[in-house]
Amino acid sequence: MDSKTLRYIVKRIILAIVTLWAVITITFFVMHAVPGGPFTREKAISAEAQASLEAKYGLDKPLFEQYTTYLNDALHGNFGPSIKQRGRMVTDVIIDGMRTSAKIGLIALVIATSFGILFGAVAALRRNTLLDKVIMVMTTAFVSMPSFIMGSLLLIVVCVTLKLLPANGASEGGLILPVITLALYPMAYITRLTRSSMLDVLGQDYIRTAKAKGVSERMIIVKHALKNSLIPVITYFGPQLAYIVTGSLVVEQIFAVPGIGRYFVNSITGRDYTLIMGTTIVLAALIVIMNLVSDILYKIVDPRINLE
Amino acid sequence: MNNNILTGHIDLSSFEPASAQEKEYMVQLRPSTTFFKDGCKRLYKNKVAFVSLIVIVLIIVLSIALPLVWPYSYDRQLGNRPGRPVDPSFNNLRPLEYSLSEQAAIEEGESVFPHLFGTDAAGRDYFIRVVYGTRISLAVGFFASIIVLVIGMTLGSIAGFSGGKVDMVIMRIVDIIYSLPDMLMVILLASVMRESLGPAIDRYAFLRDIGSNIISLFVIFALLYWCSMARLIRGQILSLREQEYVLAAQATGAKSGWIIRKHLIPNCISVIIISTALQIPNAIFTESFLSFLGLGVNAPMPSLGSLASDALNGISSYGYRLAIPAIVISLIVLSLNLFGDGLRDAFDPKLNQ
Repeated sequence: MDSKTLRYIVKRIILAIVTLWAVITITFFVMHAVPGGPFTREKAISAEAQASLEAKYGLDKPLFEQYTTYLNDALHGNFGPSIKQRGRMVTDVIIDGMRTSAKIGLIALVIATSFGILFGAVAALRRNTLLDKVIMVMTTAFVSMPSFIMGSLLLIVVCVTLKLLPANGASEGGLILPVITLALYPMAYITRLTRSSMLDVLGQDYIRTAKAKGVSERMIIVKHALKNSLIPVITYFGPQLAYIVTGSLVVEQIFAVPGIGRYFVNSITGRDYTLIMGTTIVLAALIVIMNLVSDILYKIVDPRINLE
Repeated sequence: MNNNILTGHIDLSSFEPASAQEKEYMVQLRPSTTFFKDGCKRLYKNKVAFVSLIVIVLIIVLSIALPLVWPYSYDRQLGNRPGRPVDPSFNNLRPLEYSLSEQAAIEEGESVFPHLFGTDAAGRDYFIRVVYGTRISLAVGFFASIIVLVIGMTLGSIAGFSGGKVDMVIMRIVDIIYSLPDMLMVILLASVMRESLGPAIDRYAFLRDIGSNIISLFVIFALLYWCSMARLIRGQILSLREQEYVLAAQATGAKSGWIIRKHLIPNCISVIIISTALQIPNAIFTESFLSFLGLGVNAPMPSLGSLASDALNGISSYGYRLAIPAIVISLIVLSLNLFGDGLRDAFDPKLNQ
């Protein structure tokens, strides 16, 4: 690794740290901009009860002190107690939701990546055939359909009309549709990405050289074409994860999956501010770190690329 | 033959001024095309983009014109008439069905305008709600993109032109905003802003009509989405200033005003228009996403996203109520994307390489 790559990596890590700090800061101050604070929507409570609640949650201290306390706690993974769910810590709620969400997200990630690469490679190798055209039309349709619409349509067709799978994500087999819904968009995107980069690679001189040397078609595809055309797919890992995280917000809502996305949406409608803050920070950290990893990987795998 | 040594046996008659007839012959036969005309021709040849354009124009015209002539309005609960008891038979009509009182009227020979898509749970004509929702979604997408364009263009060109410290500060801010997880921030801001904006805009009738959620959506776009536009325009200005043809123009004595007018602006504007066109579906997408989470337009105003999310409640018996707005959103987003791509291919072939 040369010093230029190293410098890029250091710069990129600093940016990620600043971004995370910005997320925590924005979350904190945005939440405190809510008129009246988090307890105003409750039923009318006495001034003493209000004061004791504020003392309990540390809301009576000066704003800057609250901020530094919050920053310190957030870095230690402690987001305080949930305001609406009595007796539960935000961290516990998040860990609880993550168990289901991570499962769905990871399976969707694997399905999207593997099938995307497969379809993309097939489309590129069978360029301009009917198969290629069908794949391209399908991916165009999937890319332009919002995830909540995709999920709702699948829900109507598979669960309501055909009655093949349960509509409730908490029941047996109920996680199949959420996974498919989450995987479709990134899969379509990766298909298009792989296809175009593979077409680019297939036109390169080294492919011709390999052919001239008498390397078998299969070896050329696996060893040269596929390997090199996967480089752009690496850059998509970060955005893909971001998509799956935000997609899970609606998908879990549609299929009633007890995951972190559902808790997040419910905490917004229920105005559970500590839970909103905690979830935002955890999900944001996930996305920022994944972006960082995929950017650094990209730079290491293909040093030719100048990302500046 | 003039054998003058100085002219090197060249026939001097070739160097005489051309006659009017010769001049006419040398003038190009085709009228010269401008950059804009050339792009339009390429766009017209691109069948996919052209069809998309027709679809978009059709949707826009219908969404504006239909509410003017339609006999029902988007917020009137048909069963709820002054001076009479509420007629629940108006609620949840299936497509082309009539309520009890309407059926009675038809039997008496009156003509009743059909409910093309039926009515919703509150007895409102669903067709006009879809049309109105389309109009609102389109308007939100359009204005959000304009806001992004103005802010991004201003900051991007300031960064590009001034360079140095100003450039560095703006670009670091852009870097940070760019790496923020946008959707999470949008949800966070939208959920808080409806609380803080609500009382503030209540005093102004105009702002109240738009609704606090739509305004907070605009504010969010203004805060978060300008950075890719700013980055794009800064990059354009920086690279265009270094282009060889700018140098060539300078070498042949062109003034800077002429270079800016003839080279920088035409080259920048296509990129600006294209990315604005591609920003519109993005904004429509975000609005429908927020509506779906209950953070979109304020009731009773419909948007395509809020119609879809309302339809989820009765999904098992009224699936078409979800399918209709879903199809319209996909159609708008798809055709705007395809048109934007076509626009890019037509006006900026460099980008597509």
